[in-house]
Amino acid sequence: MPALELAQKIKAKFGDLISEPADFRGEVTLKIADAEKIVEVCRYAKNDLDFNYLVDISSVDNYGDDPRWTVVYHLRGLRHGGELRLKTDVSEEKSELPTVTTVWQTANWHEREIYDMMGIRFHGHPDLRRILMWEGYPYFPLRKDFPLAGKPSDLPGVAFTKLAPLEGGPFVTVPGGEDAIHREPRVRNPEQ
Amino acid sequence: MATVRDIEIRDSATQAAQAAEELQDTVGEKMVLNMGPSHPATHGVLRIVLELDGEIITKADPDVGYLHRGDEKIAENMTYTQFIPYTDRLDYLAPLANNVAYALAVEKLLGIEKDLPLRCQYIRVMCAELARISAHLLGLGAFAMDLGAVTVFLLTFTEREKIYNLAEAICGARFTTSYTRIGGVMRDLPPTWLDQCRQFCDEFIPALEEVETLLTRNRIWVDRVRGLAVISKDDAIDYGLSGPNLRGSGIEWDLRKNQPYLCYPDLAFDIPVGSVGDCYDRYLVRMEEMRQSVRILEQCIRKIPGGADNKTKEPVSVADGKIVLPPKQNVMTKMEELIHQFILVTQGMNCPPGEIYFGHENPKGELGFYINSKGGGTPYRMKIRSPSFVNLSIIPKIFPGCLISDTVAILGSLDFVMGECDR
Repeated sequence: MPALELAQKIKAKFGDLISEPADFRGEVTLKIADAEKIVEVCRYAKNDLDFNYLVDISSVDNYGDDPRWTVVYHLRGLRHGGELRLKTDVSEEKSELPTVTTVWQTANWHEREIYDMMGIRFHGHPDLRRILMWEGYPYFPLRKDFPLAGKPSDLPGVAFTKLAPLEGGPFVTVPGGEDAIHREPRVRNPEQ
Repeated sequence: MATVRDIEIRDSATQAAQAAEELQDTVGEKMVLNMGPSHPATHGVLRIVLELDGEIITKADPDVGYLHRGDEKIAENMTYTQFIPYTDRLDYLAPLANNVAYALAVEKLLGIEKDLPLRCQYIRVMCAELARISAHLLGLGAFAMDLGAVTVFLLTFTEREKIYNLAEAICGARFTTSYTRIGGVMRDLPPTWLDQCRQFCDEFIPALEEVETLLTRNRIWVDRVRGLAVISKDDAIDYGLSGPNLRGSGIEWDLRKNQPYLCYPDLAFDIPVGSVGDCYDRYLVRMEEMRQSVRILEQCIRKIPGGADNKTKEPVSVADGKIVLPPKQNVMTKMEELIHQFILVTQGMNCPPGEIYFGHENPKGELGFYINSKGGGTPYRMKIRSPSFVNLSIIPKIFPGCLISDTVAILGSLDFVMGECDR
């Protein structure tokens, strides 16, 4: 398995900063103790170990645990075909780590998405704006303390001013409810 | 398709600089133009803010998210099986391929991907390849129609209709298929299905030839797309492109070959790659991929265990009652199966704690699922790596220097789906 050997090389280079490689279902994961060092590790992986392709960056909200955030990088070398996962923890007070856009351009949108969904900031990022939600949206919807039904925001609750053709009917969403549950026709009180 | 062409590569950055220099005296201020979110060439709800100098684009800022439904949040709140219908709505031009990708990801977490019965693997490969043809046909039809060739659109949609009929025959739905289950497929193929599929393959190649005669050597088409929006090998890798867009730039990377899954190692097929990385190459790669998909389909029809009517009763799901619903007959008569059925429906299958990433070669590129499990029937976190999202991130790099009318050609050649991009 070449991925394990490459992971051992990273471990040898950075020593205590890197955890022992963990192997699950044939995938190798390394944990980096200090999030500030992520760029150094990534640059070494790209330049010396030929991990030229960044597949994905994801984030996990360990709600209730400390540190709260985990940021997960998925690396691949297109020439040797090896894959590697790097993980690093970020505390809730800090909620910030350096960007890897300087290593791979594709990190740009992935990091914007993480900022948008989880509220983790990336310092040094060229253009850290929201990407899926709109500019000015007040919440971070993928956090575990954000309810599935959503929260009211400054978007108007009622999209149309005139009566909809089937409004009040048995399967019609109620406009203007404060969240998705209140708009849901199936929870409507039959007496109403 | 190994034709070598010598063309002058238009480097977009120098072209923009040159154009700006030439026009410096004559032109006043720049104009900002909103393209989309509802524009026929943006294939859905992509919005691009273009900064124009005359007719030349100097800056492009894509704005995505108009179709955001929070699929990742939804996935955290339901069992693995319940999420299958949501995968239909990711790349809604290839729902069968999404179903296969998602099922394989969860099976990797469960560690049962090696136990899948061979017949199930062949069925899934056929589903994925039909979805590939279907998605490429739509991408091609819309691409050509945006550039004025409406006939191509009608031809490709005639063929797509047949693929919808095939999808309807296997699962009852033409569009929202939800055909796979974790550990297998919903049900076996109907006995006549392989014949229908073979007939489709026979009819499809002549139809594709007809499309090819309309476009590949058509002067108007070639002039519009050749040399346009060249993506170099390094840029393609740096921006994380995948699928035909990556291969169009000349990088031979296909997950079906490089990280084989299902029964792809038993099937012979080639990976087409481009030589220049322009819109024309991306078009040629898609054309050849459809031919290769037909080749795969024909081999599958020949080699599928059990054949058309499955007289030998080959299974199509793993035999584990803790993963796949037991047969109804046994649920009604046996205690253990009743318990399995009850637990599977109410709590879902018990996945081990751990994290996996599985990337599937979807028509648009690499559709990946990162599943972080803490055990139990629901994922703790599921990240969907959607190819369209990543492929679109190269727009600010390749748009400057092009004309407004080139945008429709470039967007068509990138072939994205917003349902998947915005999730």
